Amino acid sequence: MTDQAQLLPGTLDLLILKAVSLGPLHGYGVLLRIGQISGRALLIEQGALYPALFRLVRQGLLKASWGTSENNRRAKFYELTAAGRKRLREETEDWNRLAAAIGSALATRPEEV
Amino acid sequence: MKVLAYFRSLAGKFFRRSQVADEMDEELRSHVQHRADDLERSGMNRPEAEHQARIEFGGQERFKEECHEALGGNFIEGWINDVRYALRMLRKSPGFTLTAVVTLALAIGANAVVFAILNALILRPLNVPQPESLWAIERKASFVDPSQSYPDYLDIRERNRSFEDLAGYTADEAGLDTGQNPSSVWIALATGNYFDVLRLQPYLGRFFHASDEHGPNSAPYIVLTYAYWHTHFQDDRGVVGRVVQLNKHPYTILGVGPPGFHGTLVFFDIGVFVPMVNQEQIEGINNLNARGNRWVFMVMGHLKPGVTPAQAVADLNSIGSYFEKTYPKEDGKMEFQLARPNLYGDYLGRPLRAFMTGLMLLAGLILLAACANLGSLFAARAADRSREVALRLALGSTRRRILRQLFTEAVLISLIGGAVGLWGSVVLLRGLSVWQPVPRYPMHLAVNPDAKVYAVALLLTLASGFLFGAVPVRQVLQTSPYEVVKVGSSAAVGRRIKARDALLVLQITICGVLVTSSFVALRGLARALHSNLGFEPQKAMLLDTQLMMAGYSGDKVPAMQKRMIDAVAAIPGAQYVGLADQPPLHESWNPSNVFTDQTTDLRPVNAASEAIQYNVSPGYFQAAGTALLAGRTFTWHDDKNAPRVAVINQEFARRIFGSIDHALGAYFKLPDGTRIQVVGVVQDGKYTTITEVPHPAMFLPILQSPSSQTFLIVRSERDPQQLAAAMKSAVHELDPGLPFYIQPWHSKLETALFGERLAALSLGVLGMLGAMLSITGIFGMAAYSVSKRMKELGIRIALGARREEVLRAALGRAFQLLAFGSAAGLILGILAGRVLASMYRESSGDPLVLGSALLTMLLIGLVATWIPAQRALSIDPLILLREE
Repeated sequence: MTDQAQLLPGTLDLLILKAVSLGPLHGYGVLLRIGQISGRALLIEQGALYPALFRLVRQGLLKASWGTSENNRRAKFYELTAAGRKRLREETEDWNRLAAAIGSALATRPEEV
Repeated sequence: MKVLAYFRSLAGKFFRRSQVADEMDEELRSHVQHRADDLERSGMNRPEAEHQARIEFGGQERFKEECHEALGGNFIEGWINDVRYALRMLRKSPGFTLTAVVTLALAIGANAVVFAILNALILRPLNVPQPESLWAIERKASFVDPSQSYPDYLDIRERNRSFEDLAGYTADEAGLDTGQNPSSVWIALATGNYFDVLRLQPYLGRFFHASDEHGPNSAPYIVLTYAYWHTHFQDDRGVVGRVVQLNKHPYTILGVGPPGFHGTLVFFDIGVFVPMVNQEQIEGINNLNARGNRWVFMVMGHLKPGVTPAQAVADLNSIGSYFEKTYPKEDGKMEFQLARPNLYGDYLGRPLRAFMTGLMLLAGLILLAACANLGSLFAARAADRSREVALRLALGSTRRRILRQLFTEAVLISLIGGAVGLWGSVVLLRGLSVWQPVPRYPMHLAVNPDAKVYAVALLLTLASGFLFGAVPVRQVLQTSPYEVVKVGSSAAVGRRIKARDALLVLQITICGVLVTSSFVALRGLARALHSNLGFEPQKAMLLDTQLMMAGYSGDKVPAMQKRMIDAVAAIPGAQYVGLADQPPLHESWNPSNVFTDQTTDLRPVNAASEAIQYNVSPGYFQAAGTALLAGRTFTWHDDKNAPRVAVINQEFARRIFGSIDHALGAYFKLPDGTRIQVVGVVQDGKYTTITEVPHPAMFLPILQSPSSQTFLIVRSERDPQQLAAAMKSAVHELDPGLPFYIQPWHSKLETALFGERLAALSLGVLGMLGAMLSITGIFGMAAYSVSKRMKELGIRIALGARREEVLRAALGRAFQLLAFGSAAGLILGILAGRVLASMYRESSGDPLVLGSALLTMLLIGLVATWIPAQRALSIDPLILLREE
């Protein structure tokens, strides 16, 4: 667990949107999916996921409906709304710009200044 | 507490078992189950897997709360938790809670009462259509006076171009006989157009109109007010068209006025409206043509659309110069202004508005001071709780959450206090609304609270909650969990306290002034009631009536008065019976110039003195308990055919004749030139007010100077109620058609002392509020300083300090402030007492007054510092040091 990276503030929402954009998921499923797509590199406190999910639902980015999971248990499934899809696109672009900028800034060598 | 439990369970059912919460529970459970499934697959047994899954998940409750917050639905539930927690905290410190609630109840209650009266008297417009354009016309003389003479009224009505129409009225008492049980009723003699000018519609029948007037005594019609119809005719719709006797003249009831309308003076209830042209039948005189007699109480009307009050005044003043040119003798120069009719124009309206505004301001200041005091109490509590706050901060609570908690507590206290205060003020206002300050007159004030009053009370309550709740905010925001937990609360009592100290001293000073003044007033009042009045109000009964009401006039008046005296004197137990046109200390008095016998030019400037004139019957002095010092009193032979005689008081004798001996047998003159011989001298008394300087008075025989206004005085040892009943039946037997009013003389006197009593009461109430402020102020300050210095005091105790040393350290400053404020207050109070002394003739240096004031201030100090002192003394250094 120690080699897992702390999440940057605000990135959990983006990860959730991304995870759900790949197909409807229940809460635990979101956690597994993020683990899967991030190569288990990110630490997410399990409980902390839910306030984020509720917030995204309230913002109209996700919609939720009850269904039955692969384990044959009742679970609440989340999927992206149109607004959520748009937000994911925008945030992804923003993130890429930021990451590129930070990356290039950090890659600068003394002789390039 | 049962109610509380019920509310809690109801709230719990409603909010916590809501669908959202259920779903949330289920979702989180589902998560843990899924995780456990995975863990089970990796080889754990089920219980172990579930246990592990729950641990991994983390604090369920915390996340649930965060979820609620994310949903935005957390507010109410969090708030209920806050309220529940606040209630628990308040129950834990009953001293604090009680102080705060009582303080707020008094302060908010005072504001609600003052506002309700302000609302009823000043803010609420008159209960007629379009009150905003209705104005009364006032003459600007040496003082403003709305009264006019009838001919002037007619001229103003015809000549002005600003008013749609003008109506006038005057109030009087009359005897109404409906065939059974004649009674006196307060009437308005109103011009024919009165109801049309006020734009009123009758509830029943019709009103009288200008077209009903055809000269003197031409309109024998009356209109009842709704309230009078309700109480005296039991809502009988058949009254319209019925003929009744008004002062023994037949009048036809035309109709009933609209509900709620009782004339245009807010504090005076008219019962019956009578056309003014019938003045002679009702009052026995015809002043319809007397240009110089301003008996029409008020003239009013609606301004024409588009005419401003200033334009109307200019218009009226041009009529004023017409009066000056045409009637220089009667009218002279006249200038006018406009005022609202509901408070007797500016005569009463302006001082009342100023007084009520001042009172409202004062009430507001009291509330503000109360908030400041509660603020420091709250700060003390917040300081006590800094450890709790720090702990909560350390456990991840946000500062916002903690502030919300504190504000919830403050607002909860203020709501409880506000509710108690409002309840108290509603009770008080209900009492005030039915209270008749002067039972003889139909005066009362409907000050029942309306929605506006409730709204203001609620607003003030919430505002004060937030106000004093805001005091400890900075303290909380600056709390650093690490520092507090590490070193405990030992922050120095900062310089910020200085301003609060000054405020506190000011409050104590004001309290001292008020307490001293109330004692001066109370003592003065007690003395006034037992001072030498020149008559004996105890064991005497008064029957007052106006013989006009039963149609007596001319020679029939003295004859009836003699029969009344004889009839009442026959009652067993009646020792003395006498009669006067008015008793001393009446609401009005009758001053007249008197001249020495040598004066021939009887112009007012040559008068020897002014004397108050009483017309009295034989036997009056014994009945009134006024001592005869020399000479004789009157007999029934002092009649019209006998030489004119008078009994005078000592002061009269001293001023005009030099001494009693010189006065007896001497003559003086009245303004009409009548020579009158002095036959007796009686003791001085109080005639106009209880505090007047000795005033000359003369008593004339009622047979030589008749009056239909009649006060019968009966002195008797009998039980007042029995006596009153006997008097009632005796007079009733003489003339069943004569209405009258019976009361013990001393209760009439209480009416005469109304102003003094009201002042004493107001001072008492203000003194109580001042004491309340001082108590909370000192309490807050002392509690704060004890809290802040807990550790120091603990160390002192540990080092062996004695109790009084601890107390001095803990409360020395509070006592310093108290002593300083009290001293200043007492000194100022004594100075203020000098002013009051003119009202009560009471020296403020009275040791009893000073002693009581001092004792009260001490008591205030004791009550205020009791709880903090107990707390300082009960500090256990061991526990304290262990805690640190």
